[in-house]
Amino acid sequence: MATEVLMPALSPTMEEGTLAKWLVKEGDTVSSGDILAEIETDKATMEFEAVDEGTVGKILVAEGTEAVKVNTPIAVLLEDGEDAASAEIDSSQSQQPVPVNKAQSSEDSPAAAIQHPVPAAIDAAPIEPDYPEGTELVQSTVREALRDAMAEEMRRDEAVFLMGEEVAEYQGAYKISQGLLEEFQARRVIDTPITEHGFAGIGVGAAFGGLRPIVEFMTFNFAMQAIDHIINSAAKTLYMSGGQMGCPIVFRGPNGAAARVGAQHSQDYAAWYSHVPGLKVVQPYSAADAKGLLKTAIRDPNPVIFLENEILYGRTFDVPKLDDYTVPFGKARIWREGSDVTIVSFGIGMTYALEAAEELEKEGISAEVIDLRTLRPMDTGAVIRSVMKTNRCVTVEEGFPVCSIGNHISAVLMQEAFDYLDAPVINCTGKDVPMPYAANLEKLALVTTAEVIEAVKAVTYR
Amino acid sequence: MAARRTTKKPNVSKDELLHYYREMLQIRRFEEKAGQLYGMGLIGGFCHLYIGQEAVVVGLEAAADEGDKRVTSYRDHGHMLACGMDPKGVMAELTGREGGYSRGKGGSMHMFSKEKHFYGGHGIVGAQVPIGAGLAFADKYLGNDRVTFTYFGDGAANQGQVYETYNMAELWDLPVIFVIENNQYAMGTSVKRSTKSPSLWERGAAYGIPGEEVDGMDVLAVKAAGEKAVAHCRAGKGPYILEVMTYRYRGHSMSDPAKYRTRDEVQKIREERDAIEHVRDLLLTGKHATEDELKAIDKEIKDIVNAAAEFSKESPEPDVSELWTDIYADAAPQGEAV
Repeated sequence: MATEVLMPALSPTMEEGTLAKWLVKEGDTVSSGDILAEIETDKATMEFEAVDEGTVGKILVAEGTEAVKVNTPIAVLLEDGEDAASAEIDSSQSQQPVPVNKAQSSEDSPAAAIQHPVPAAIDAAPIEPDYPEGTELVQSTVREALRDAMAEEMRRDEAVFLMGEEVAEYQGAYKISQGLLEEFQARRVIDTPITEHGFAGIGVGAAFGGLRPIVEFMTFNFAMQAIDHIINSAAKTLYMSGGQMGCPIVFRGPNGAAARVGAQHSQDYAAWYSHVPGLKVVQPYSAADAKGLLKTAIRDPNPVIFLENEILYGRTFDVPKLDDYTVPFGKARIWREGSDVTIVSFGIGMTYALEAAEELEKEGISAEVIDLRTLRPMDTGAVIRSVMKTNRCVTVEEGFPVCSIGNHISAVLMQEAFDYLDAPVINCTGKDVPMPYAANLEKLALVTTAEVIEAVKAVTYR
Repeated sequence: MAARRTTKKPNVSKDELLHYYREMLQIRRFEEKAGQLYGMGLIGGFCHLYIGQEAVVVGLEAAADEGDKRVTSYRDHGHMLACGMDPKGVMAELTGREGGYSRGKGGSMHMFSKEKHFYGGHGIVGAQVPIGAGLAFADKYLGNDRVTFTYFGDGAANQGQVYETYNMAELWDLPVIFVIENNQYAMGTSVKRSTKSPSLWERGAAYGIPGEEVDGMDVLAVKAAGEKAVAHCRAGKGPYILEVMTYRYRGHSMSDPAKYRTRDEVQKIREERDAIEHVRDLLLTGKHATEDELKAIDKEIKDIVNAAAEFSKESPEPDVSELWTDIYADAAPQGEAV
């Protein structure tokens, strides 16, 4: 019985990839463990091994094919005695893709085909861009935008360097630092051992010593090991020294849920860091903001927590083609103007907010969507002004509900815009549970577009 | 003084000995005064005195050059005085006044002086260790030949981040001297009750870092070991560990009843191994100074410390507007680079 070889998912968030190269040809005999092909994901090029033995009967997807969806049949494997023409394919026994990552990154765990519940990118552009009208726009992923921001700042200032796990030779666990080692050399792009507490402290010391470190955490989940240095050593020193000594440092990395990586790898720390005086906290949504805000973060003389999102890394947006594009901190961006309700979000929460707004429009509800972009300092003025117009507010974030960013916005609105509110503010958040692994439960644990729509209907009494 | 251990005549100049005497005595008198001001309610919160350990910082400062850096934990008054910070500014910080190094916003545990390359003053046990390595990282990155003295206690020596730092410091050949001030007690827990390691400096061997044990009650021995460590670092050979055996006479902090050791134990060390008495002895027996000359120095130090105490009482409390300053640094003008 012939089996289909399917396009494997080679990372927790991979939905498609490029079949870069076949290492076998039709008629070849393969056995378990033989490398069949090289597959390029958005993060890396990986070797794909055979699980069963047999003869390569037919190659279904030619090498060089891009955007091959996960689980697409890419080849047919025949048992002894079968020939390609007569082979009967039993789809139920399709060879399950079991990738082997030679580099053994902790993040590149094998995963089955994943459909993350986050909605697809919405075709929307911000109402008030941070660049002059007529500026040429180029398409860029969030991943490329972050890399470009670091490269530009490293060219600009010799004191800027990048350190973290796998940032140099591996080119970044999520490929954010791709190419930086080649351009800036090992002195400025530094692989660390797996030792978050230690290298966060070394980064802080280097900042005290006159450098401008960018410390990459493979994910912010691991920064829990380093949080003492982030808060006690980085955030408080300027104050404790009476203004003598500050800590210009950027702590960056993916934050929040990726897909199917379980409770310890799926937490949103936006509210945690936003609590702390002395820190600035940024959580961009679009590629343009990722670039402009990261450049601002690197130049800022204070410790900046720069919260990225793995799901957004591969999303493409328009980025202004400017020599030096920066986005100021503390300035929210209105993505969509509306009159019936204000939806406030940030980071990946924006995908739910924008999708909900689009759906609501079809039902005649006009939603204004605000991307906070920086959480500390927070542009509460923009939210208040919008609510004075719409009189209703829904907040959207993936973090836990207790002491959330939404809770803070609700309090601010109650204190500053009480008379303008026609309904209680509703906070749409992740659920108050550790992230479950099971696909259906994970989907329930995250905030959903349907919940945002429901909340908007509740505050607009529809 | 009974049973002094050093009888041989060291090869050291009169001026050098007088300098050590003066420096160590200043720390002791300063700390005694701080204890007194604490008792009067002028100093609040935590106050960790350095009495007994003076030879450690004075000996190592003698091995340091201009531009070398230092960072330590919260038992930091001695380090600040030894690197040349103004006793008035330190004492006024202890009393939480405007004239303090941090304008009253740091307190006993949190003072800094960029001018004197003193990088704190850190309150979390062990946290200063990677910070010290980071300072050394910056010097190496910038191509200086400066070294960083990173002080921590026998208690901090059991923190995981110390070993994370050892690993990276040796991996990257950072010019950092790890100074373990082994005063025998981590608050109330003796070294014997916290580890079975026979010595703390030897733990560096696991990472390839050389080191040695030093008599921390002998300022000359400390200086000699410090010079060796500095030479190692400046030669680009990476970090070095000094485990300096010392003793704190006072409690861990002001509220420590010190039930974990006997009065006799403290008294015996004071009588037999005191670092200041050691130098005093060398000065007198070597005929470098007369009792009267030393008395004059005592008086001089007393005046400095009294002036610091006066300043710390007279300096006003910080303006209430200070509550809201120094939380964020203003963005620097664009375009500047190192």
